[in-house]
Amino acid sequence: MAFLNFKAMAVATATSAAALFGSSAQAVEIEYWQYFFDARVEAMETLIENFQDANPDITVKMTHFPYADYRTKVAAAIPAGEGPDVVQLFYGWLNDYVAADLIQPLPADVFPASKIDEDFFPMVQAMKDGDAYWALPTAVRSLALFYNERLLEEAGVKPPTTHEEMIAAAKAMTKRDGAGNLTQVGMTAGMTAQDHHWWREGLIRQFGGDPYLDDYQTVNYNSEAGLEALNFYASLFTGDDAVTSIGFMDEPQAAFKAGRAGMHIDGSFRIGSLNNTRGLKWGVTELPATADGVRSNYSSYWVNAITTKAEGEKYDAAVKFMEYVTSDEAMQIWLDVVGELPAKPSVGMTEENANDDVFGPFIRGLEYANTTKFANESGQRQLMVEMVERMTLQGMSAEESLAIAAEAEQAILDEYYNAASN
Amino acid sequence: MYRNLTIRQKQIVWAWAFLALPVLFYSVIRFYPTGNAFFISFQDWNLLGDRTWTGFDNYQKLFADPVFWKVFKNTFVYLLLGTPISLVISFVIAYHLDKTRFMHGFLRMLYFLPFMTSAVAMAWVWRWFYQPVPVGLFNNALAGMGIPQFPFLQSTKWALPSVLAPAVWAGLGFQVIIFMAGLRAIPRSYYEAARIDGVSSWTVLWEITLPLLKPTIVFIVVFSSIGFLRIFDHVFNMTTNNPGGPLNSTKPLVLMIYETAFSSFDMGYAAAQTVVLFLVLLVVSLIQLRILRDT
Repeated sequence: MAFLNFKAMAVATATSAAALFGSSAQAVEIEYWQYFFDARVEAMETLIENFQDANPDITVKMTHFPYADYRTKVAAAIPAGEGPDVVQLFYGWLNDYVAADLIQPLPADVFPASKIDEDFFPMVQAMKDGDAYWALPTAVRSLALFYNERLLEEAGVKPPTTHEEMIAAAKAMTKRDGAGNLTQVGMTAGMTAQDHHWWREGLIRQFGGDPYLDDYQTVNYNSEAGLEALNFYASLFTGDDAVTSIGFMDEPQAAFKAGRAGMHIDGSFRIGSLNNTRGLKWGVTELPATADGVRSNYSSYWVNAITTKAEGEKYDAAVKFMEYVTSDEAMQIWLDVVGELPAKPSVGMTEENANDDVFGPFIRGLEYANTTKFANESGQRQLMVEMVERMTLQGMSAEESLAIAAEAEQAILDEYYNAASN
Repeated sequence: MYRNLTIRQKQIVWAWAFLALPVLFYSVIRFYPTGNAFFISFQDWNLLGDRTWTGFDNYQKLFADPVFWKVFKNTFVYLLLGTPISLVISFVIAYHLDKTRFMHGFLRMLYFLPFMTSAVAMAWVWRWFYQPVPVGLFNNALAGMGIPQFPFLQSTKWALPSVLAPAVWAGLGFQVIIFMAGLRAIPRSYYEAARIDGVSSWTVLWEITLPLLKPTIVFIVVFSSIGFLRIFDHVFNMTTNNPGGPLNSTKPLVLMIYETAFSSFDMGYAAAQTVVLFLVLLVVSLIQLRILRDT
C-alpha cells in the first residue's frame, strides 16, 4: 500500500512536471511585419506590450522594413514559409495579396461581417468579400485644410468654410515682389501631393459628378462636373490673380512648413511633422464646402491581415492579436501616438475626439469620405500631374487635357482588371 | 592523378582553381539574374502572383507606347549632349591643368571633388538652386537684377539640360584625371622634336597630342556613354515628386524601368525595357569601339 502510494505520487509529480514544462513550451511566438515609420513602430510597440500582458502565453515579434523594400520582402518570405503571421498592407494592395495567396480571410465567428459593417466606418467595406473580411484597419486617414494662423490674422481673414471663402482668403494672403513673382502663396497646389485625391473624391463630387463607376473600374470624370472641378482647381494657379503656383518652394508641405503658404490641403498623417516645426502656428479645418453646403472627402488606410503562413496555434494567436489591434483601445492608442484616425465611429465620434481642435476636422471628414480603389496609385496620380502640366506648360485646353487623362486612366484600369480576371 | 599531369595541364588546373570563385560569383550574381530578366520579359508577373507566359506581348506594348519612344529619345539626348560636352570640357581642363604648376595638386583636387560627392546630395542641392523665387539661388539672382525668372526644371524644353548640367559637372573630375594620365604618358621627345622643327602649338595638339591620346579618348567615350545611357540618380532626385517630369521630358530609360518595376509592379514589362536597354548599350559600345579603335 505504502509502495503503491509512493508510485502514485511519483507519477503525479512526473505528470505535473510535464504539465509545467508543457505549458512553457506552448508559448507561441508570432511575427508581425510593417513598414518603417517612426510613430507607427512606436505605437505598435505599445500595442504589442499591452497585448502580451493580457496574453502571457503569446509573444509578438515585430519586424519593420523601409517602405521601398516592403512588398518585395513580403512576396518572397510568405510563400517560403517564412516571415509574418500578421502583416500590414495598404488597402489598395488587397486584390494582389489575395490573388497571390498571401493572406487568408479573417474567421467569421470572431469577425462577423454584419458586426464589422455596423462597427467600422463604411469605407472599410472595401475589404469585404462575400461574408468574410480579408483584413481590417486600426486607423484611417482623411484630408483637411491646414492654415497658418499668423498669416490668416495678418490678412484679417477667418478659416474658410466654403470654396468662395477659401479663394478670398487665399487672395488676401498672396504676396508678390515688384516684378510680380510670388513670394508667398495663399494656398499650396500640386497634384503630386494630396491634391489629386482632393480633386477626384472631393471637388468632382462637390460639383455634382461621380469620378468613377462600376466599383472604380470605369473612369467617369470626363464630364461637366469633372471639367468644372478641373477649371476650379486650375484657377488657383493660372491667370494674373493666381493665388498659388505649382512647385512653389519645391513641395507644397515645404512651403506651408516654412510659413510661406496660407493654406494647405493634406492628410492627418501630416499632423506629427507640423507639430515638430518650430515657429509655425497652425490650425486645421474641414475641407471647404460648396455654396450649397456639399462636402466630400477622401480617405485611405492601412490594414492588418493574417497570412497564409499562420497555422495551428500560431493562427489562433494571430486571430487574438488581430482582435486586439482592431479594438477600441488600440485605436485610441494609435490616434494618440500616430495621429491617425480611429476606424470605428465608436472611438472616432466620441465627444472628445470629434470635437478635438486637431483631429476633429479629419474625423468629421470621414463621415462623407470616399475611398478610391486604385489599380496603380502612383500611375494614376501621375496622370493627374500630367493633366495639369499639359495645361500650364503646353497651353492645352482643360477639355482636351481632361479627355486625355480619362482615357489614359481607363487604360490602366482595364489592364489591371483584365489581368485579374484572367 | 594530379602528379601524372603535364606542366601545361597543371597550369590549367591551377588557373581554374583560382578562377573558380569569380566564375561562381559572376554566374550567380550576374549571369543568372541577367538570364532571368530575359525570361521575365516574356512573362506577366506582378511580383506577388504566378508568372504567366505572354510571348511577345511586353515588347509589342513597349513599341506601341509613346512614353517609351519619348524616353528612348531622352536617353539619346543625354548621351549625345552629355558625352561630347563632358569630353571637350574635361580635355580642355586637363590640357591646361597639365601645364599649370601653380597649386596644381589643389586645383586637381577641386575638379575631382564633385566626383567623390554623393550624387544624391548633389542632385538635391542643384534642385534647390533651380527653384523659382523665393528659394532658388539662380532665380533669386535673376530677380535681384530685374530679369524674369527662368523655368529651369519647370519647362519641358529646359528641364533636361538643367538635369544634365550637374551630371556632366560631377563626372568631370574622373575624366580630367584620366586625360591627365594619358597626357603624361606621351613621350616628351615628340614635343621636343616638334619644337626643334618649329611647329605651331595648334599643330602639336592636332598632330601629336590628340592622335596619341586615342586610347584614352576611346576609354572615356565608351565609359561616359554607358554612364549617360544609364543616367538615373540625378534625374530621379531632381524630379522626385514627378519623376522624369515635367511631362516625361527628363525621363531616361532606367527611370522608366524603375517605375514600371517598383511602383507599377509590372515586372515583365520592366524586364522587356531592361532587355532593350541592354541591347542599346551593347550596340552603342560596339559601334564606338569599332569607330574609335580602327583608323
